Amino acid sequence: MNTLSSSPGRLALRRFLRNRTAVSGLVFLLLATVVSVFGPWVMAIDPNQGSGSPFVSPGASHWMGTDIHGRDLFSRVLVGTRISLLVGAVGAGVSVLIGVSWGLVSGWRGGRTDAWMMRLVDVLYALPTVVWVMLTLTLFETRCVGWLSERWPASIPAFRLAAMMVSLGSVSWLTMARIVRAQVLSLRERPFILAAQSIGVSPVRLMLRHFLPHLAGVVIVYLTLTVPAVVLYESFLSFLGLGVRPPQASLGTLIADGASQLNSVRVRWWLLVFPAGLMTLMLAALNGVGEGLRSAFEPRDGNGDRN
Amino acid sequence: MRPWMARVALIPVLLWVVATLSFFLLRAVPGGPFDRERAPASREVEAALKARYHWDEPLWRQYGRYLGNVMHGDLGPSLKYRNHSVNDLLGQTVPVSLALGGMAFGVAIGLGVPLGVLAALKRGGWADYAAAGLTLVGVCVPVFVLGPLLVLVLGLWLEWFPVALWGSWQNAVLPTLTLGLYFAARVARWMREGMIEVLRSPHVQTARAKGLSETAVILRHVVPVALVPVISYTGPMLADLLTGSFVVENVFQIPGTGAFFINSFFSRDYTMMMGMVLFYSLLLQVLNLFSDLLLRWVDPRVGS
Repeated sequence: MNTLSSSPGRLALRRFLRNRTAVSGLVFLLLATVVSVFGPWVMAIDPNQGSGSPFVSPGASHWMGTDIHGRDLFSRVLVGTRISLLVGAVGAGVSVLIGVSWGLVSGWRGGRTDAWMMRLVDVLYALPTVVWVMLTLTLFETRCVGWLSERWPASIPAFRLAAMMVSLGSVSWLTMARIVRAQVLSLRERPFILAAQSIGVSPVRLMLRHFLPHLAGVVIVYLTLTVPAVVLYESFLSFLGLGVRPPQASLGTLIADGASQLNSVRVRWWLLVFPAGLMTLMLAALNGVGEGLRSAFEPRDGNGDRN
Repeated sequence: MRPWMARVALIPVLLWVVATLSFFLLRAVPGGPFDRERAPASREVEAALKARYHWDEPLWRQYGRYLGNVMHGDLGPSLKYRNHSVNDLLGQTVPVSLALGGMAFGVAIGLGVPLGVLAALKRGGWADYAAAGLTLVGVCVPVFVLGPLLVLVLGLWLEWFPVALWGSWQNAVLPTLTLGLYFAARVARWMREGMIEVLRSPHVQTARAKGLSETAVILRHVVPVALVPVISYTGPMLADLLTGSFVVENVFQIPGTGAFFINSFFSRDYTMMMGMVLFYSLLLQVLNLFSDLLLRWVDPRVGS
């Protein structure tokens, strides 16, 4: 193989593509994205409206059966998957944004600024994150929902989702900040950074053009751990009723609905098994892709635990 | 001053930060819990209620009062359960949650450590596959999926265990498994990796060379060293255990702290929320500190 002419990025890509688990995970995720984005649109079934009698078992007319209100479970699962993927992507994006800028500034400024910024990270580490997410969501519910319901009630679900993505992102950036800072600390002594400084490159340009490309590897590696964590978090909150609210569906609320239908009189297994199965598959795929990317970017320790 | 003393000294500071943040985040919100009374209270009743809970004072004085009470260990009255204080409710629910968490922790260690040891000793053997399978389940099947699925399969189809409530040991089986399996998976993985690492190190070779039996080598020279990473992960693990217990208590209708905590969000029981936040922060601090101290005791190189 011609390794001499390959860039590190291309090498990583080649290693990634050779990893069968990772590639099948990626294919699954792409498929899930396409189907969940276009599926509900093509099927033309309103996932939040009854379209049959309640508790129909899975069959030709309703692939995954219907729920207590006669809503088609398949279309609800699709919508739920879409929300999970969206929250995972945006939440992780928010965490990258905060974490990378925090780490960059902290590592670059150094000295007292660095000490204080990292002290704050330590303090935040020590707080129970679940509790903080719940607090901010409550704050949103009490403060913003009332205000919105007077002016623009239709937008509440969207804003609630946005609030959740922002609050999830804003608790998941700590490790990212630490990793980026460590990387910046080692980079800033490197000759090319010193050279750039000596010819008078502005700090902003220095950050964007010289630091960021060198940070991409570690950021991607840690991002692959953040995305499934955020997806999991969203479902967890929705499961408890603190995230996405009915009639909107997320995988978490669907699993909660399925769980609430468990009783010894009649087992309506499909309400639980389909959303739970999809959640499991999605987490498996996300973790598979993550593992693949990690070993592609850091071939030395392919399956090391980086927590 | 030793480093751990600094950490102990930091705990009150952190709690103060937590108390302040949660107080102002919640109290800054317009509209108190009394606005949500089903029947609109008359002005006098409302005033009396507000006076009783000192809601009519300026915010800074309420804050001072709250901090003062907290320092005396009084978390205030619950706004939802009017005849109970937050302390009462915590006193009733914490033992249940601690019992659940403790048993789950026991499952995690009791299942995870031996499995990890066996998996490392015979790589590619049945225990290795079991550990790998368990890890896969732990990564891909979150607690809120595992719980209902266990209810469905072991509770409803096979009818082995009761599926809800709390009291006898049969009740505890499914919740403990649900919460414990995930952590057993992580423990098994760390244990396996730790063992593989230690088995390669020179002191093991020395132990074998001086003619110790293989059992003695493993039990005395490998396992204790390999336990170090497991111990260092117990702090974060216990934090996740708390998160998991919210779900498990919800699924199995266990009257623990987590269930009350979630309810306090729906009923806007602010004093309850603040009390719970403080309690969880303190618990997390203490558990983290404990796992650090344990680690330092086991491995004196840490922190020197």
